[in-house]
Formats: sequence, C-alpha cells, structure tokens
Amino acid sequence: PPCVEGCPAEIHIPQFILKIVEEDFASAYLEILKTNSLPTMCGRVCPQEEQCQRACVYNKMGKPISIGRLEQFVSDWARKHDTKEKLPERKNKGKLVAVVGSGPAGLTCAADLAKMGYDVTIFEALHKTGGVLTYGIPEFRLPKKIVEYEVDKIKNLGVKIVTDFVVGLTKGVDEIAKEFDAIFLANGAGAPQFMHIPGENLNDVYSANEFLTRSNLMKAYKFPEFDTPIKVGKKVAVIGGGNVAMDAARTALRLGAKEVHVVYRRTREEAPARAEEIAHAEEEGIMFDFLNLPVRTLGDEKGNVTGMECIKMRLGEPDQSGRRKPLPIEGSNFVMKVDIVICAIGTTANPIVARSATNVQTNKRGYFIVDEKTRATSREGIFAGGDITRGSATVISAIGDGKKAARAIDSYLSSGGSLRKSKK
Amino acid sequence: MYKIISKREIAPNIISLEVAAPLIAKRVKPGQFIILLVDERGERIPVTVADYNRENGLIRIVFQVVGKTTAQLSQMNEGDQLFSLVGPLGNPSEIDNYGTVVTVGGGTGIASVYPITRELKEAGNRVISIIGAKTRDLIIMEDEMKKASTELLVTTDDGSYARKGFVTEILDEVLQKEKDVKKVWAIGPAPMMKAACEVTKPYGIETIVSLNAIMVDGTGMCGSCRVTVNGETKFVCVDGPEFNGHLVDWPEFMNRLARYGQLEKLCFEAYRNACREENG
Repeated sequence: PPCVEGCPAEIHIPQFILKIVEEDFASAYLEILKTNSLPTMCGRVCPQEEQCQRACVYNKMGKPISIGRLEQFVSDWARKHDTKEKLPERKNKGKLVAVVGSGPAGLTCAADLAKMGYDVTIFEALHKTGGVLTYGIPEFRLPKKIVEYEVDKIKNLGVKIVTDFVVGLTKGVDEIAKEFDAIFLANGAGAPQFMHIPGENLNDVYSANEFLTRSNLMKAYKFPEFDTPIKVGKKVAVIGGGNVAMDAARTALRLGAKEVHVVYRRTREEAPARAEEIAHAEEEGIMFDFLNLPVRTLGDEKGNVTGMECIKMRLGEPDQSGRRKPLPIEGSNFVMKVDIVICAIGTTANPIVARSATNVQTNKRGYFIVDEKTRATSREGIFAGGDITRGSATVISAIGDGKKAARAIDSYLSSGGSLRKSKK
Repeated sequence: MYKIISKREIAPNIISLEVAAPLIAKRVKPGQFIILLVDERGERIPVTVADYNRENGLIRIVFQVVGKTTAQLSQMNEGDQLFSLVGPLGNPSEIDNYGTVVTVGGGTGIASVYPITRELKEAGNRVISIIGAKTRDLIIMEDEMKKASTELLVTTDDGSYARKGFVTEILDEVLQKEKDVKKVWAIGPAPMMKAACEVTKPYGIETIVSLNAIMVDGTGMCGSCRVTVNGETKFVCVDGPEFNGHLVDWPEFMNRLARYGQLEKLCFEAYRNACREENG
C-alpha cells in the first residue's frame, strides 16, 4: 500500500489499523514494533503530512487517515499497559557493533541489530541518551519520560550505552575500529550556524541549540532547583522558519517572555516548519514577522541586546531549492526592540568524529558520503546515517537510515566481514 | 560514575581532586579540559586537567570555590562519585622545542599552566615560569612548578610572600632582560590574561591564552563559548581553548563571561540557605 511506501520506518500500517478496529491494541502495537523501535516518538514528531499520510489513498476523497495519531494512541496505550514484545530466541552471533550517537538513527540501528543477535554498544557524548529527542525537542512536544521509556526498552534488548564518551576525543573512530566488527556513525548535525552579522556575539544572542539544550537537557526552566541558568527577557526574536525555530519560540514563551516574534526572510508558504507547528505557535500567541531579514544586533555598553535591525524582503524567482528567493528591499531597514535573540537558521556537521576516521570520506560540507541503500561509507565495515549524512532532516528519516544500516551491517557481518580482522 | 580518589584543600577555598577516569587519563594532553556534573540536577562546568597518571587512570583537577557548583564539589569527599565527567576536550597545547619560553599562571591558572610548563621543559625548552596570587595563602603548586620549570618566579599582589606585584610586572621585567623569548603562555583570570597580552605586545612575542568561557556541552554543538578571534567567531571548546591572545576581542569575551552573574549569585545564595537550614 502507498502509505507503507511513504513511511521510512516501513510500518505495516493497514495491519496495525486492522488490529485497532478489532480493539486488539496490544497486537496493533506489536505490529508496529516489528519494524519501528521508536513508535511513541514517531507518532508525535513525524511530519506525517509529508510521509505516510501524503501517500494515503483517502486523500483522493478529501482527507487522509490520521496514521500518526493512531500510532501515538497505540503506543501510549501499550506504554500504560506495559505491553511487552515477545522476542524470538536469539542466538548471540558473537560479533560486536559500535554505534556512534544515541539519537533516533543510532537507537534504531542498535535495536534492530540487537534483535538480530549482535552485541551492540552505543557511544554518546552527552550525559543523557536520545540526541535531539532529549536536548532539542521540548517536553511539551515529546515528554522526556517517553524518551527514557523507549531507551530503557532498547537497553533491555541487551544494547549497552556508554555516555560521556566523545568519539573523536575520548577515543577515535580508528581505535574503535580495532575493537569492533562494524561501526555505524550517527552523530547528527549538531553544530549551530550563525548569521555572521554584526552584534551576533552580544550576551543575549543564543543559538537555538544552546537555548534548547539549556532548557530541555539541563532543565534550566526549573532554575535554581536545577543549576543551569537561562535568560529569557521580555521580548524575544527567534530567527528562522523551521521546526527548531517553533520549538525555541514556544519554549521562550513558556519560560515567561511577554512577546515572542518569529522573524523569517520568506513567507509562511516557504517556511520549512510543519504547518501544524506554525499553527500551534500562532495559537499560543507567537507573532510572525515574515519577509524580514536581520542585518545587525544592537546592544548596550554591557554587551546586552537592546534591539535588532532588520530589512524587509520581497520574493523573487524560484531558486535551486524550488522556493522563491527572498530579495532585500533597499532602504526598508527598521529596528525592532528586543532583549533576547535566538538564532535558529540551521545546524551543520561537527567535524570531531570525521577527523578521527581514516578513509571515511565526507563531502565539502562535512557530511559522510554513503551509499543511499546500504548506508555504507567509503571504508568497508563503517556505515553512517541520519543527519550526519544528509544535513538536518527529520527524526523519521534518521530512523529509516538506522534500519537500512542495520540490514546492511547484518549482511556485511554474515558474509564474514569484520573491521577488527581487516588489516587497515 | 567517576570516583574521587583523593581530595586536598591546597589553599583556602582551593581544592585539588584526583578522580578515576582511565579513558581520559590515557589520552589527555596539556591544555585540554573536562566537563563535569556533580549530580543529576547539576550544571556542566569545564575544568582544566591539571595533571594525570596514565598508569593509575587518574586525572587531577584544581578549582576554587566561586559559586554553587564549585561549593558543592568542595563538599564531596574521597570515595564519592561524580555524576558525569567527559573528556578530554579541546585542543592540546602546541608543545615544541621553541628555545626560551615563559609561562605565567595567575591564581588557579597556575594549575592549568603546570602541565604545559612541564611538557615544554621536557621538550627541551628553557622555561621561565611566573606564578602569582593575591596573597601568600593562595599561591598553589609552588613545588610542582619549581620542578617543572627551569626557573620559577613567584609574586603576591600584597607582598605577603616572595615578590610584591602582579605577574604582569614580573613578566615585563623578564622580557626586558631576556632577549630571545619565543613564546609566552598566560593563564589565569581574564583581566590577567588581557594584561599579560598588553605587556607582550610591544615585544612582538606570541602569547597564548586559555579562555575560560561559559560552556554547556563542550563539544561544539551550542556556541555558548563563542569568542571573536581576529575578527572571526570561534568556539572555545573545539577551536580552543588556547588562542593567540593578541587576536582575542577581550571586551566581548569579558562581557560574555559576566552574562549570568546575577543568576549565578541567586543560585549560590539558594544553595547556602539550604545548607544552613540543613545544618540547623
């Protein structure tokens, strides 16, 4: 069916919906688990309107089936009833696989490999697992106890998780290659991009990553019960039009900001955020300043932000991405008074992992070059997936990559391959 | 978990801890740092690795009690466990045989400059080191520094011990006398590092500073520690922590260091009040 083809996790959608119809929710859940190890998250954060639901045949009659909501319902039901998966007898294959990063790609790959009988160890740089699920996506969109629940399930499959381990610094990929039979690199695209405009290093200019990490991972919203501070201000400007910008804006509002503006250089139609997220933000009172480009951040003598100078934009011809290119309207500069600026214009590859991996090729933007189908890198035995191969994308595409890599690693190891035994 | 193996108060409010961290001890090099969390509610703070024992798997950190986290850390004892400890982070110092070099350590910066000094001497340099603190009590690691350097000069701001004056004054004297100093390392509080750079500038001697920026993850994913160096934005945690001090935008760096001042005070006060209540 088209909906299954639209799902990167290849969930047996008609089968699980049929079980819901039969009111056999446990079986519905187990049907999803056959292909997707993180259903509780996917139901919540997937852009279903671009995936399974876009492909749904019911679109022809007006509205697709709400597959995401159904998945969320079933997995929440299963969590409440502690539905357990009956795993088939596994024979330990005696082969070791290292997974770099505990975000959605790494967790999925690790779970799939563990189910196949491999001995899997995940290396995570932060003190908590989950990657963007933990530090990036806020509690109000994805409760952290759900992330912990899913991670615990994966640990119960026998997957070992080592936190506080920065691959590239604590140990390099080359060293790990001597101890493991295969490696899956899923370290994400976590390095924040800035606009490189004057005043960007003033005190109250945050990257969205910093703002969200302080709030989500470090629980700065509970300061001083938790030790990590965060500044909120009265009037906040969030620059960008993606889901991260929506998360940052809605977080700022919850932290007590009086007025939050999303400043985006194109219009609502071009904004990469999910329509649903923009609608939520709007309902909560976030203001949208479309067709505005910040050119300078203004501050006082103490280095604190006092305002942001923007220029108005108009849309020109479509560019390479197919979106209409924003062009500045000369002389339209104006100053908006704000005291916090959050830059959410995207993230890029962090080079720490790649630097420690000999013969694993990256493109000029620092992303690992992989075979689309097998996720194999240029070095035999090393695979990669998720944002570190495609730039910042979606949780579900990372999950899809994790699944493909697990299959490819299985076939590599089953046919006698091993990094440990290779001479390199 | 990371066990505290030994604890010593080496000066009033300055604590030295040895922590079991074999993976870090195996790889860490002078100039690198770690990030630690005291407990689950803690914040992530960066601390320079002052020493390491690769065989025993131990690293040594030295810190001064300046706020809540360091106060809480100072209350921990031998046998206690730190919630999280990650590293080694940042780039190592560029150790080479330069000839004659000067290393300057101010306050707890002495602990940071110590492994660099030792390694520089081992690499064949003639190392003149200058250490200083406000008063006699606060001079730390003098014996270690003496052993690690070719020549050691000590100073106190109030003259209560050794020479009277700032480390920067001694640095100027040394540079006047020594004509072929190839490189200077200056590590300490930001105003000291800035002043040291002003001293060395007229001599045209490259001066390396280690920036103690505010960090969160310490692996390049947030930019909290960013600083302008030679007009470009750099992340202290992955591009540093060492930079050519003559190229650092000091006013911006110092402003950014102060950005949570009020909140830090609030957190420290809440902690002290809680401690008082607990102790009746």
